[in-house]
Amino acid sequence: MGYMLVLLGVLLVVAGFAVGLNPLLVVLASALATGLAAGLSPVEVLAAFGKAFNENRYVSAAWLILPVIGVLERSGLQEAARGLIARLRSVTFARLMLAYLLFRQVTAALGLISIAGQTQTIRPIIAPMAEAARASETGVEALDSSEAQKVRAFAAGTDNIGLFFGEDIFLAIGSILLMVGFLEQNGITVEPLHLSVWAIPTAIAAFLVHGCRILVFGRRRPRP
Amino acid sequence: MIGLTQVYVLAGLVFAGFAVMSLRDPANPRRWRNALFWGLFALSFLAGDHLGDLGNGLLVLAMAVTAALGLGRSGTGAEDAGARAASARAHGLRLFLPALLVPVIVLAGSLGVRHGGPVAAALVDPKQATLVSLSLAALVVAVLTVRLFRQPVLSPLTEGLRLADTVGWMALLPQTLAALGAVFALAGVGAVVGETVTRVFSMDTRLAAVAVYCLGMAGFTVLMGNAFAAFPVMTAGVALPILVKVYGGDPAAICAIGMLSGFCGTLLTPLAANFNLAPAALLDLDDRYAVIRAQAPTALVLLLVNTVLMHVLAFPSHP
Repeated sequence: MGYMLVLLGVLLVVAGFAVGLNPLLVVLASALATGLAAGLSPVEVLAAFGKAFNENRYVSAAWLILPVIGVLERSGLQEAARGLIARLRSVTFARLMLAYLLFRQVTAALGLISIAGQTQTIRPIIAPMAEAARASETGVEALDSSEAQKVRAFAAGTDNIGLFFGEDIFLAIGSILLMVGFLEQNGITVEPLHLSVWAIPTAIAAFLVHGCRILVFGRRRPRP
Repeated sequence: MIGLTQVYVLAGLVFAGFAVMSLRDPANPRRWRNALFWGLFALSFLAGDHLGDLGNGLLVLAMAVTAALGLGRSGTGAEDAGARAASARAHGLRLFLPALLVPVIVLAGSLGVRHGGPVAAALVDPKQATLVSLSLAALVVAVLTVRLFRQPVLSPLTEGLRLADTVGWMALLPQTLAALGAVFALAGVGAVVGETVTRVFSMDTRLAAVAVYCLGMAGFTVLMGNAFAAFPVMTAGVALPILVKVYGGDPAAICAIGMLSGFCGTLLTPLAANFNLAPAALLDLDDRYAVIRAQAPTALVLLLVNTVLMHVLAFPSHP
């Protein structure tokens, strides 16, 4: 039973997120519980956490993109994106989202995962476009806050889904390399190509499933 | 050679700029806290390698406590909708050019380093080509945008801070979750979860074993926030001994579809904060979990699809 104690940290994370405590404190508490259960002292846990935090700085380096997106927004990029869609009546919400989903899946499959993303593309361009398309379809000047938030969340989700179910078709992506390395350690030799072709059926299914949801979302009448 | 070191210096300077701008922002009643938060972020990037492990631990602790006390929001920045609309009318489609230049530079940079021969490889660390290109693009295009659209010289910092304060403490969460993953690995959490899964569920039939692997990959990913952490444990525990050895499945198909089942879990978990929670903050959504809610139906259907695909496609010799 003793070794099960290390699961305490996992439980703490699940409970903390579910209850809505500040996630940063939840994460620290979970690290502390996990480390203590594994026999480390509190100081050792803090040091281990600090070391891993320092080694993972590249995760936060992605925020370097904020200043340029901020200046572009100040220059009116969101308004320009909205204006463009308002003029192009043929670009409906559904067509815009379907085109973006396909674009994200195909470029990710070619290994181009960093050419789009939540900060670079969704916030300044795609979300305002989606809101404008939805507004002109439903015949309102501007969406009410709740509908606008639904549209933005849907656009963000579409970016993630396109990325996740495109990137594994690319041979040199991290997850493919992880699988090749892991199988090799277990005495099984697999070519990256063999793994990546098996990502194609799911990629097609992802386009069909999420595509249907886009069409349904586009047809939905917002509540008055 | 240009690599992580230089990117971290640039990031540190930008975060330091956010800290200074926060201090100079009388409209933000909590400007001291914001300045401390972004200042500690800057310290981590500029001097993290010299702080020692415990020093870095204390730094994260200080950042988390500052964030939990509550950060304010930058009061400066282009909240003037009229000015933005006028600028949009004046510049029209030209506004999209810098936005498109960012991916072009990223693409050219990463391809150039990868295929540019020894000179390019000596100039830029090939392993960090994408991050270096992204940083370069962020810097160059910010300067270009200021010049093209006649924005104030400091506007990249004030406007960057406006967005950074929109994200707030959530900006720190992905990195702390990555660090938590390392502590989990140190304590062997993965192995315990894997053992529990294989002990609790019976895998008497091929379909049951396929379902345990696919749902296990997704569930484990939800708990750990990362399919990469789930993959070795579930594959060593279920896929190789049972699906491959007992039922004669094709390891390539099983692993590939198993990993994609894990990705379904990534779409469902708040622990994948950079994909699921940070965008919700960045898009100013009231519901922290709105992006997860938008993704959940697609993720659940695809998890079912993956299970069926594996059952049908991965066992060519025993259809």
